[in-house]
Amino acid sequence: MNKTIKVAAAVSAAGVLALTGCSSDSSGDSGDTVNVVGYSVLQQANEGVIDAFNDTDAGKDVEIKGSYGASGDQSRAVVAGQKADEVHLSLEPDVTRLVDEGIVAKDWKDNDTKGICTTSVVVMVVKKGNPKGIDSWDDLAKSGVGIVTPNPASSGSAKWNLLAAYGSVLGDGGTEADADKYMKSFFDNVVALPDSGRDATTAFTSGTGDVLLSYENEAILARQSGQDFDYVIPDSTLLIENPCALTEDASDAAKAFLDFQKSADGQKLYAETGYRPLTDVGDLEVNGANDEGDPYPDPEKLLTIDGDFGGWAEANTKYFDENDGILTKIQAEAGQ
Amino acid sequence: MIWFSLLVLIPLSAIIVKAAGGGLSTFVDVFTNDNTRSALVLTVVSSLIITAINMVMGTIIAWVLVRDRFPGKALLDLVIDIPFAMPTIVAGLVLLSLYGPESPIGVEVSSTRWAVLLAIAFVTLPFVVRTVQPVLEELETDVEDAAASLGATRFTTFRRVILPSLVPAIFAGAALSFARGISEYGALVLISGNLPRKTEVVSVRLFSFLEGGNIEAAAAVATIMLLVALLAIVSLDVIQRRVARRG
Repeated sequence: MNKTIKVAAAVSAAGVLALTGCSSDSSGDSGDTVNVVGYSVLQQANEGVIDAFNDTDAGKDVEIKGSYGASGDQSRAVVAGQKADEVHLSLEPDVTRLVDEGIVAKDWKDNDTKGICTTSVVVMVVKKGNPKGIDSWDDLAKSGVGIVTPNPASSGSAKWNLLAAYGSVLGDGGTEADADKYMKSFFDNVVALPDSGRDATTAFTSGTGDVLLSYENEAILARQSGQDFDYVIPDSTLLIENPCALTEDASDAAKAFLDFQKSADGQKLYAETGYRPLTDVGDLEVNGANDEGDPYPDPEKLLTIDGDFGGWAEANTKYFDENDGILTKIQAEAGQ
Repeated sequence: MIWFSLLVLIPLSAIIVKAAGGGLSTFVDVFTNDNTRSALVLTVVSSLIITAINMVMGTIIAWVLVRDRFPGKALLDLVIDIPFAMPTIVAGLVLLSLYGPESPIGVEVSSTRWAVLLAIAFVTLPFVVRTVQPVLEELETDVEDAAASLGATRFTTFRRVILPSLVPAIFAGAALSFARGISEYGALVLISGNLPRKTEVVSVRLFSFLEGGNIEAAAAVATIMLLVALLAIVSLDVIQRRVARRG
């Protein structure tokens, strides 16, 4: 009996020591450590950007620690107390949540890029050789076409896809009623609504459906990693804007990293992994793009969330409210 | 008791408190939302069907494993647990590649309700087998011999002698299997297609509520599922006692 107590005491003492060891470690060099909390697809792209940042004067001795996961989960984790100096998420409402909690300053959008670090566009991923000849939003509503897109209720990023579809009708001069009608036939063709973008890609590459709605950067990155599919940039599409922001107690090193991300050097590195650059970065050669020498052709019509949908706060309620959202309702009707 | 509280009681009460925080209106909202209601019905009905199938098939498999001798039996005995042991998302991937659009055996069930049944059946298979098996192993064959010597047919022996001693185990396995069925997520999420009102199950719905930041609704759905599970476990227990007494 006595022996067990001693052992238990020794174990817990060791545990306490180990814990204090950890905390003194991290507080020792916290000035040079930047915790980046990002959404999942960024992971690969950020590797190169972080390496390049460490080669600059400002970033010489800075250690960047990345944590990546689903955008909404990451945002909630930061609210729950995960350490973060910079957040780089998929869509604005995930940053707004942090502003509401007082973790990110209210003026996070007051800068050159309006708080945006990376951009892309909604594209249609099709099977190799595009056997169904899909190249426009109209083609998606034709009978016999199976659409895969993540579920807007569980995947914030899926909202970009659906707004791109909806907006294509409005952009062509259609009324909201026309757009509703189009979305009805669109949802009739949806064969799977996986819970996340990643699962949607898995479902599509396993043979589900004929077209996957995805982002240009994800399509390019997947092709760089050897996925064998094609992608189509429709004439009308939506600009995807991924926001980034510093937290209130972020260090100068974190600010330097953010500036580097937005610089021409940083944007060029992002562009090489599939993101559309925010600034002019000169000549580009992007593996996996449809045309490697001209990787980012301008679509005929490029809708934006602020310009065409009144910003995220309005669009979220108007289209995706759980009970009364326009798209939520159409989607529910199609399920009957 | 502290261990039990930390692991079970405190988290469960937290869910109920959270759900109650939203008031009755949250529950009403949840129930009047067609998508949520049909997800609830689909999940419970599918789990009930599969549990019934498991009670029969699980007992047969356990019987074969204990009483029959055939080459590869030890291997089969090991393999039974795999659906239970492997990460469910892997199970989902395997099911999708086997029974999805590119099925090598020509069976395609993805994005249909069959997919939901299939995935639930896959992950819940071991429960009844594993609860019945040890009881069968303990069962003396003398009693069966005695019954046979007194003129009982094999069927009568099974029904009057063997089955009554297996009933508690079968129902215990059924309760586990049902509880696992209504909570399954990973194995289902890829192959079911999550189409609202068609193949969307309650765990996926719950996840949507969480993603959408509607924590009260998520807690309300969770509370309803807790009640359903409790109801199922209690009623299985009651049936089991009745059957055992009559046996």
